Amino acid sequence: MVEWTEEERSFIQEIFSKIKYEDVGPKSLCRALIVYPWTQRYFAHFGNLYNEDAIMGNPEVARHGAVVLHGLDAAVKNMDNIKSNYAELGELHSEKLHVDPDNFKLMADCITVVIATQMRASFTPAMQAAWYKFLSVVVSALSRQYH
Amino acid sequence: MSLTVQDMAVVKGLWAKIASKADDIGAEALGRMLTVYPQTKTYFSHWSDLSPGSAPVKKHGKTIMGAVSDAVSKIDDLPAALSQLSELHASKLRVDPANFKILAHNIIVVVAMLFPADFTPEVHMSLDKFLQNLAWCLAERYR
Repeated sequence: MVEWTEEERSFIQEIFSKIKYEDVGPKSLCRALIVYPWTQRYFAHFGNLYNEDAIMGNPEVARHGAVVLHGLDAAVKNMDNIKSNYAELGELHSEKLHVDPDNFKLMADCITVVIATQMRASFTPAMQAAWYKFLSVVVSALSRQYH
Repeated sequence: MSLTVQDMAVVKGLWAKIASKADDIGAEALGRMLTVYPQTKTYFSHWSDLSPGSAPVKKHGKTIMGAVSDAVSKIDDLPAALSQLSELHASKLRVDPANFKILAHNIIVVVAMLFPADFTPEVHMSLDKFLQNLAWCLAERYR
């Protein structure tokens, strides 16, 4: 069972109250596809990912970025049951999508960087620590179903 | 993932913009690393204060970023540039190389915070590659 302090809970709620899914999601996915180009292997069906401009202008990438970020909703709404709430999504990523779980960390890092560009100095070290813990728990829950 | 001519130009271009804040970036990145990844504190048990903004953190952050800045100026031959530091890390400091990745991530987060408009995905990629190459050269003498 993951233990959350009151401060950690409020940090996570604060971050989610400040970000726009339709903005942070697409920016994070674009960043992952550009900074870690091997992640493009999962999106061959998205059409043109040929260069940075193509990726950043690709509407499928934008749409999916928002989907991925909304995937964190279940965790924010119920931080005490992340492990069980992600069993199904974890299985989807393992059995159907065949995503190497290392990619979850890369995506998490990109989301963090995008939040850093937006929140800037208000993204304090203590907040970053809570955020890292939160994403680590989600990544761990998503990675559990692999066998 | 070697540095291309383009990567080197991008990193040098970024450094021209951020060099004046190098000390702050180093201190901030180190402070965040120690806070967000507490296992890294094990290397600094001899410090009186490990909190962000403390004197030892500021001093050491400046030292680290000074070395990174120096590496940028010698980006054409990183192995040679880092040879002595690699010897130090291998024989005396013996920092587990996994931690270089952690510090690199925190440098990236701080640069993103301080220079959001300049830190495009393309710049992010080249900086990530540079720090990865730097880490590789730093661990060169380990075994």
